[in-house]
Amino acid sequence: MSVSLPPQGAGEGADLDRGPRRPRPPARKSLTATERYVPTLISIAMVVLVFGAVALTVTSAEQWPRIARQFFDLGAMMASFPQVLRGFWLNIQIWVACLAAIMAWGLVLALLRALTGPWFAPARVFTVIYIDLFRGLPVLLLVLIFGFGIPALNLPGLPNSALFWGATAMVVSYAAYSAEIYRSGIEAVHDGQRAAAKALGLSQWQTMRYAILPQAIRNVMPVLLNLAVALQKDVALLSVIGVRDAVREAQIYTAQTFNYSSLIAAALLFLVATIPMARLTDYFSRKDRERRLQGVL
Amino acid sequence: MTLPRLSIEGLTKYFGEVLVLDDISLDVAPHEVVCLIGASGSGKSTLLRCINKLTEFDYGTIALDGVSIDDPGWGRNGLYRRVGIVFQSYNLFPHMSVMENITLAPIKVHGIARAEARANARELLAAFGMDSRGDAYPEQLSGGQQQRVAIVRALATHPEVLLLDEVTAALDPELVGEVLAIIRRLKAEGMTMVIVTHEMGFAREVADRVCFLSDGRIVEEGEPGTLFSAPRHPRTQKFLQRIIEAGRL
Repeated sequence: MSVSLPPQGAGEGADLDRGPRRPRPPARKSLTATERYVPTLISIAMVVLVFGAVALTVTSAEQWPRIARQFFDLGAMMASFPQVLRGFWLNIQIWVACLAAIMAWGLVLALLRALTGPWFAPARVFTVIYIDLFRGLPVLLLVLIFGFGIPALNLPGLPNSALFWGATAMVVSYAAYSAEIYRSGIEAVHDGQRAAAKALGLSQWQTMRYAILPQAIRNVMPVLLNLAVALQKDVALLSVIGVRDAVREAQIYTAQTFNYSSLIAAALLFLVATIPMARLTDYFSRKDRERRLQGVL
Repeated sequence: MTLPRLSIEGLTKYFGEVLVLDDISLDVAPHEVVCLIGASGSGKSTLLRCINKLTEFDYGTIALDGVSIDDPGWGRNGLYRRVGIVFQSYNLFPHMSVMENITLAPIKVHGIARAEARANARELLAAFGMDSRGDAYPEQLSGGQQQRVAIVRALATHPEVLLLDEVTAALDPELVGEVLAIIRRLKAEGMTMVIVTHEMGFAREVADRVCFLSDGRIVEEGEPGTLFSAPRHPRTQKFLQRIIEAGRL
């Protein structure tokens, strides 16, 4: 009798035994040389064609030689380059110093705001007002107020340079943004982490220091890097109060020669610095996303 | 009769207008294992969280060895040294290695020397079959291993009372066994435990006493054999009936 069982039973058995009826995994498609390279070649050819056509149209315009002389005069660029580069080095120094101060001060603000309990009400009120105020004002306005206004007071015991007070204005403004970024990171840490820390007997400060903050900073690192890129460019705002950064140096050259190529040279320097930073930020964001997805799966 | 290790008297708690714990009284003797069962929202977890002050309560008292948990004599962290808790979602610190997770409280809260805390942690890890995982990070471990680490972390200060809040509820079925084995072992070693669980078979096996909670009240309590096979209260009967229908008992 068992011989006359329906054939599907035999099929299932073979399947469970991983018998010959199971189809083999498909072989990887092998591409011919044409299939592999032709799409790439077409892409390159199209890019060259389109951009070449645009370049040709622009450079064959009647006014192009004047434009080229005004902005892309290689001689003028070379002549202004040493001063512009020296200015740019100042940009980088200001950027690094401001960045360190912003990250630290922003963190202090975020921690003050996260304090609980009635005793700390003044700290919380202070941070709320601070963040509302300085996020609501244009950085340029702050740079002018701090950079021109405070040195003019000749306050005893305080530095008098426009550079110092201009940089302070940058820190004051950007710290408000970074404080909000830290805060979002702190609030995003799961409540279970706080419960676990409290159950282990950690104080409010220890909970923040050992359990919450390390996770919060790791979570917001891509956003903070983004802020760093924005700051790198905004340092140029200090040129308006006479700080001899790359933009200022380029303007000085322009004023002497009526040629704007020095500004283009400064622009190129900024790009050389910001594009790798932006790529680095993208890289960290991607890594971070992968890490989080891993946590979910 | 010996002094109860844990003594809960008239515990009452509201969430706003909602009564979540309704005049609960419960004594737990030293080395006793009490399982709290009941539907979701019956107040089991809240009761557990009141015991180590993760949640505040409105009326009643909780005392450990006759001393109220609100007694200033406990200091800031004395209570947490004597009462450990393990959560459903492990709540390990993801940025710390297993070793750092376990030694954090002993070193930073209780001022134990680093070397001593680490030696103690290694001993506990070895005792629970995890001796090779001290340098691993939580995300590199299976759910069962993470929960075992969480138990070791709670044991690191050698507490006398352990609170377990649905510790197997987040685990894949094949990983539940390894965590339950540890709890069995803790019982054998004489740990006083209050366990919130949905694993009725396990509650029946490990508990000295089972309390059935409904709407914030202990509706029925008794030895597991009696309570599971001959529940007296209609609500208990109904609850266990549903559990049996779901194939969980």
